[in-house]
Amino acid sequence: MGEEVVHALRGVSFDILPGEFVTIMGTSGSGKTTMLNILGCMDKPSGGEYILDGEHVEKLNGNELASIRNRKIGFVFQNYNLLSRTTALENVELPLLYNPKVSPKERRELALEALNLVGLSDRISHFPNQLSGGQQQRVAIARALAGNPCLILADEATGNLDTKTSYEIMSIFQELNAKGKTIVFVTHEPDIATFSSRTLLLRDGLLRKDSVNSNIQNARAAFESMPSIEMVHLEESI
Amino acid sequence: MSAFSLLRIAFKALFRNRMRTFLSVLGIVIGVAAVITMVAMGEGSKKSIREKMTSMGTNAMTISPNYQRRGGVQLGANESRETLEEADVVALKTARYINAISPMVSASGQAVVGNNNWPVQLSGISSDYLKIRNYEIESGVMFDDEIDKMSKVCVIGQTIVKNLFPNENPLGKVIRYKGIPLKVIGTLKSKGTGDFGQDQDEVIFAPYKTVMRRFNATTEIRTLYVNTIGEGYASLASEEILNILKERRNWNRPSDPFRVRSQEEMIEMVSSTSQILSLVLTAIAGISLFVGGIGIMNIMYVSVTERTREIGLRMALGARPRDILLQFLFESVLISLFGGVAGILLGVVASSVVRKILEWPMSISLTSMLVSFGVCFITGVFFGWYPARKASRLDPIEALRFE
Ligand SMILES: Nc1ncnc2c1ncn2[C@@H]1O[C@H](COP(=O)(O)OP(=O)(O)O)[C@@H](O)[C@H]1O
Ligand SMILES: [Mg+2]
Repeated sequence: MGEEVVHALRGVSFDILPGEFVTIMGTSGSGKTTMLNILGCMDKPSGGEYILDGEHVEKLNGNELASIRNRKIGFVFQNYNLLSRTTALENVELPLLYNPKVSPKERRELALEALNLVGLSDRISHFPNQLSGGQQQRVAIARALAGNPCLILADEATGNLDTKTSYEIMSIFQELNAKGKTIVFVTHEPDIATFSSRTLLLRDGLLRKDSVNSNIQNARAAFESMPSIEMVHLEESI
Repeated sequence: MSAFSLLRIAFKALFRNRMRTFLSVLGIVIGVAAVITMVAMGEGSKKSIREKMTSMGTNAMTISPNYQRRGGVQLGANESRETLEEADVVALKTARYINAISPMVSASGQAVVGNNNWPVQLSGISSDYLKIRNYEIESGVMFDDEIDKMSKVCVIGQTIVKNLFPNENPLGKVIRYKGIPLKVIGTLKSKGTGDFGQDQDEVIFAPYKTVMRRFNATTEIRTLYVNTIGEGYASLASEEILNILKERRNWNRPSDPFRVRSQEEMIEMVSSTSQILSLVLTAIAGISLFVGGIGIMNIMYVSVTERTREIGLRMALGARPRDILLQFLFESVLISLFGGVAGILLGVVASSVVRKILEWPMSISLTSMLVSFGVCFITGVFFGWYPARKASRLDPIEALRFE
């Protein structure tokens, strides 16, 4: 169509084992989102194969991909992507609507459970515009969790948040990981990567580095050691 | 995704854009109300024509000489005109598909009673005529075909009663018609105005032989009225009648000597004109429904574009293209069904207003309501289909990136 063909990813090959917490790092345009879209079954690679939980994803059709996204994957976006004028609870219920095996009663129970897990039990009937950025992202995490997926994917999920709230969000991811969830987390912030067990570094669509993190930081501790925002303002004004 | 969930999502989306929903519903409301009202008008006029017609007797047929005319000129001097005779009446009594027969001969003049006179046609008939034309005796009796063969008696309609006997009982009184006295032995129940605006109560009936011999001095019968044994026997009866009449005349020419016309044919003719009226009205109303449908399509396209990110999100969370398609289809169908229900209500109200103000005979049929409802459903699906399909074909990644 006269457009330049961009090979967003080339010759990338790696395995992610159940229970890993992997961060994908790289500069802007290095192919992180493209990678995550493929892992999330939103996009199919033009070549190569992707085996998720024993299934050859590149061979599946649109409906089968939709079903995999629904049952096996939980997605967390940088800009939360919550439905406006829809309560937190209904937002979390959303993926369950597309799973016919979940009854309306179960749907509500699962959603409440997920909201409880991210500490938002008292905010279930709030609309997104009544929640802070960090709370909105927690709703989004609850939504990703509700269907009990085996893989949680996050694309710069802390990108719109201040450092302290970022650490709070990372502590939730670490807790989920401790409970056995496999997590792939895209970020370009090096401090975020220190909370994961492994880091993939992309540059210009190539996998440059695959390193295991031997010194995993505790996000909860980092969060609690941070001064609150009001105090920062106070110190700056002094 | 369950129908209930789809319904809930659709309701929420429509409620969120109340004003917009209301306006697109309005398009359908007007369309449906127009359809209901127009159909009621068309059907009403058709029904009233039919009712009037049947007051004449649906099973009636007339037999008359077949004039071979073209452009008003009678063709062929040798084609002598066949006439109906009394012997034909006798012969036709054996026909299987007719159960009543009456000649119709007439004379014109004035009916005179004392100082009152009234210009009216004198109709010579036999007693079967009442049955064929749905006349009934109000008081007195009908003349008997055998006893009153040539008697100077008559049976009169209410208009004649009113004008010639304003303050007295006409029974036993005498009407002079062309100087000949006719004794009134019966009066007819009122039938009102006929199909062509004629007053059906302005009649004087006398035995046809009386009229033929005493008034016309002829043996020729111009017209025979017959009654078929039931609805739908018109063509059988017509064939049988022609065969009997031809047989009596050893007729072997290709053209028929007589022409048999059924009342059914007449009804068809008249109601086909009102059918056309009805069709035109309905077509106009249909167009407004179509325009309403385009309104829905327009609003659905706006809705799909506006909610591109939502669609992308739903797909990312596991909605299949089919789920998205149904979601938007439910919305458009809901809009058109709301419109349908409100339109039917408005149509019923409008119909009764038209009935009151224009005094038009309205006939609101359940069928037109059901059909309107069905059409609305189809309109919703039809006009919602393309926007919904557009939504379902979006690429989730692209849709999520949409600003
Ligand atoms: N829809 C697209 N059309 C063309 N090029 C694209 C598209 N999406 C991404 N790219 C290109 O692919 C490369 C990788 O993009 P992306 O995966 O979004 O990078 P990152 O998330 O690391 O910033 C970039 O060079 C970008 O310009
Ligand atoms: Mg990106």
